[in-house]
Amino acid sequence: MTDTPLLHYTLRLADTALILGHRLSEWVGHSPVIEEDLAFGNMGLDLIGQARSLYSYAGEIEGKGRDEDALAYLRDAGDYRNILLVEQPNGDFATTMVRQLLYAAFAHPYFETLTHSSDATLAAVAAKAAKEMAYHLRHSAEWTIRLGDGTDESHARAQAAVDELWPYTGEMFECDEIERALVEAGVAVDPATLRARWDKTISEVLSEATLSRPDNGYMQSGGRVGRHSEHLGHILSELQFLQRAYPGATW
Amino acid sequence: MTATVPDHDLRERAWAAAATVCDPEIPVLGIADLGILRDIKIDNGTVEAVITPTYSGCPAMNMIALEIEVALENAGFAKPKVTTVLSPAWTTDWMTDEGKAKLKAYGIAPPAVKSGRRALFGDQSVACPHCGSSDTALISEFGSTACKALWRCKACAEPFDYFKCI
Repeated sequence: MTDTPLLHYTLRLADTALILGHRLSEWVGHSPVIEEDLAFGNMGLDLIGQARSLYSYAGEIEGKGRDEDALAYLRDAGDYRNILLVEQPNGDFATTMVRQLLYAAFAHPYFETLTHSSDATLAAVAAKAAKEMAYHLRHSAEWTIRLGDGTDESHARAQAAVDELWPYTGEMFECDEIERALVEAGVAVDPATLRARWDKTISEVLSEATLSRPDNGYMQSGGRVGRHSEHLGHILSELQFLQRAYPGATW
Repeated sequence: MTATVPDHDLRERAWAAAATVCDPEIPVLGIADLGILRDIKIDNGTVEAVITPTYSGCPAMNMIALEIEVALENAGFAKPKVTTVLSPAWTTDWMTDEGKAKLKAYGIAPPAVKSGRRALFGDQSVACPHCGSSDTALISEFGSTACKALWRCKACAEPFDYFKCI
């Protein structure tokens, strides 16, 4: 595989979008109310749409004839480069909503910035994604406030979700050598530049939600270079089963 | 097609044919009214329709592309092409006034303000498409399709879809 930095980077963006989109789709038919069922379905669809555009582009960059389906369905866990946050289990409603907040508060400014990329395709995908992630941010922020500032039960669950997911937030701001070169070329976004904005958004939401913000202790890392938690294998076994069992099957 | 027909005539005919295609989720709204149909290109008598999705994951796009091909073939264009572009990103600002009026008549509140950060993070005020009251409330940020939110009217008690500003 011709693993150029641009290919690696595009797959990181695509895998993160696909895995989070798949996680949200797991709620469909299981949400507490129909409106939230629709909301998870819609948000999942946005993310899977972003992933499709990015996989198609990754296939073009690679130039080996792999299309979006081949990249999504026929790569194993070690080849996936999504951040660990998005593969964490859905848990309860609060856990899913807080995970969405932590990611959207990062992804929204990230894609806004990526619209200035010197890479025209990434800039175009980012322009759509930025608008979509703004809605995800608003929705998940409102729910986090409602849950945190709600009953004792919802407060306790929301706080547990924040505490549990916090160690996965550091990875979003990492920039390794693969990305550093792309940042310098004006292709990729330096995530460190978004840290202050993310901190501000999250602090404001948590404070309004009467939730306490954990200290930045040890941060989990490795998803972006293919070192995943056990959860990704389980996601892929469901996501990829059909294409693995019946190669090339179509509707 | 004969080579004697000027390209701009062909383009006009092709545009008119493609514009008859409706969004399958909003059957009163043509894809030109919606701003999904971006361009018609004529190359050597071959027609290419350029469309852009409203949302990255809009599941109606495949259906719309297929229907454009059928509409163009029915209008006498052989082997039409449909191309999807992502840039510039679709915005509700492209929706025509006629389109907005059709939406409202169909019972969907059209996008109320210009897109932008204020539309996303400011307080929204949406008028009920049924009775016109502005005494309305958001039920859910996400409605029956990616492009709509779910609202209710406190005056006439009817729920309604609102076409989100992006």
